[in-house]
Amino acid sequence: MKKSLICVSCPLGCPIEVEIENGEVVAVTGNTCKRGDAYARAEITNPVRSLTTSVKVENGMYAVVPVKSSGPVPKDKMFDCMKKINAVTVKAPVKIGDVVIENILDLGVDIIATNCDPGI
Amino acid sequence: MLNYDLVVVGGGPAGMAAALKAKEEGVEKIVILERAQTLGGILEQCIHTGFGLHYFGEELSGPEYAGRFIELVEKTDIDVFTDTMVLNISDSKVVTAVNNNEGLMQFQAIAVVLAMGCRERPRGALSIAGSRPSGIMTAGTAQKYVNIDGYMPGKKVVILGSGDIGLIMARRMTLEGAEVKVVCELMPYSGGLTRNIVQCLDDFGIPLRLSCTVIKTHGKERLEGVTIAKVDERLQPIPGTEEYIECDTLLLSVGLIPENELSKDVGVELDRVTSGPVVDEYRETLKPGIFACGNVLQVHDLVDYVTEESQIAGKGAADYIFGKKKGGTFINTKGIDGVRYIVPQRVNIEGTEKLKLYFRVGQVYTGAKVVVECDGEILSSRKKVKLAPGEMENVVITPEMLAKMNENSEITVRIEQ
Ligand SMILES: Cc1cc2nc3c(=O)[nH]c(=O)nc-3n(C[C@H](O)[C@H](O)[C@H](O)COP(=O)(O)OP(=O)(O)OC[C@H]3O[C@@H](n4cnc5c(N)ncnc54)[C@H](O)[C@@H]3O)c2cc1C
Ligand code: SF4
Repeated sequence: MKKSLICVSCPLGCPIEVEIENGEVVAVTGNTCKRGDAYARAEITNPVRSLTTSVKVENGMYAVVPVKSSGPVPKDKMFDCMKKINAVTVKAPVKIGDVVIENILDLGVDIIATNCDPGI
Repeated sequence: MLNYDLVVVGGGPAGMAAALKAKEEGVEKIVILERAQTLGGILEQCIHTGFGLHYFGEELSGPEYAGRFIELVEKTDIDVFTDTMVLNISDSKVVTAVNNNEGLMQFQAIAVVLAMGCRERPRGALSIAGSRPSGIMTAGTAQKYVNIDGYMPGKKVVILGSGDIGLIMARRMTLEGAEVKVVCELMPYSGGLTRNIVQCLDDFGIPLRLSCTVIKTHGKERLEGVTIAKVDERLQPIPGTEEYIECDTLLLSVGLIPENELSKDVGVELDRVTSGPVVDEYRETLKPGIFACGNVLQVHDLVDYVTEESQIAGKGAADYIFGKKKGGTFINTKGIDGVRYIVPQRVNIEGTEKLKLYFRVGQVYTGAKVVVECDGEILSSRKKVKLAPGEMENVVITPEMLAKMNENSEITVRIEQ
């Protein structure tokens, strides 16, 4: 069986063909780099996405500070992660790279700040 | 009057990269003037990842990408004035700006880099019937509300236009609990990157309707719904295809326009297609000593290319300041047969370095060839799996190619199916 995918690992968006036999990936073509190969294999077995959103800041220069997952999370866990993230508030000052939630939902990834807020 | 070698207007990724490059080239007195509270430009509100893969080899969010450059700027002696709005640039390169603390300020520059970015096409640019209830805004405005101000502008959303900002906001609002009902695109293809259609719409089952538009808005105080309809080849709504969709928010993602009021006032010639200045390969406009880069020059979808282009402008400005800029013989580049525009529009045939011509196509092509030609000779011909209006392409021109040209030559880039 053949499946066509678009690699979303970078903005080039390479069109990829995956050859699947008995549920196993036997060939990946069309990718420009290694990441495309890894993406295609994961997409068939366990699709993951990186998550970006924001969390509320207390005493901040801004109302919220942007965050991202330190690694990709399973696609079907995105909304569960959102619920967790929306329940927390961080205190300014915040620096880029600060861990906001450690090991979210035991997925092995952290939620980290992607901008700074020196506070008021 | 303050004296500077280089005045950079706009402190987004373009302005910062140009200033840093000029510094690296040895320019002494540089100032960046930015009207917002901080450096970073529009990247500050683009919190999704996908920036910097080419330039840094890692996937960063907008603020992280901007943060790297802000840190570099802070390590230099480049002066930065934030909350400072540039009002005018004179023929003799006096830059007038206003700032709350210092009031009116004037900067005498040897060279100026224009890096004002772009703005979104507002609703006024569209012809939609209906009164003007609240709940209608550009996708970028909604992006600022959600990502900077921290509040959701609505719960049931329709998005008109499938530009990247609209697609990114479809996902963003869905993640925050809104229901994005549909994305309508007037054209038969999307203006956004394919990856964004996959990860922002397909991932969440949000339908994308091509050749479809919003013809009417409903509601008095607050938006209550919109009427959408299919369009024909001439982009006219087809009677009988109307459909009512209940929503409290309509986001417009119908294109970006380079912010060139200042450029026009100082008499910089603009390209009719890009709406940005006409430039040569050093990104110098037709006004000597005035350079342009980033979204003010042409609308970019990848910030990495903005950085690359701005470094060229920064180097060009440095050469100009040091009087190193050689004369040359400039010829025109021209996009034909499906190529809508080319930047740079002018190329020095005495140039000794490899250069890239950036362009966009007018429709989607699969398996077509990009052909570069000059004086009846084919310089290069490359087959592309896919070409789309949403993705900027480039071709390389080598010094060997340039050596064969004369002052009457013209380089054309076209699509051959
Ligand atoms: C609303 C919006 C959202 C976007 N979202 C994305 C996205 O999600 N992903 C993506 O890849 N690209 C996005 N882009 C494209 C993005 O703008 C570019 O990749 C990149 O940021 C362009 O850099 P720039 O420095 O040319 O422009 P900008 O980042 O826009 O910076 C221009 C700067 O100039 C300043 N300025 C303008 N006029 C003056 C003046 N008169 N005086 C002083 N300062 C002035 C502005 O305040 C601004 O800080 C978006 C663009 C817009 C308009
Ligand atoms: S295969 Fe590599 S180059 Fe192509 S989209 Fe994926 S990450 Fe980008």
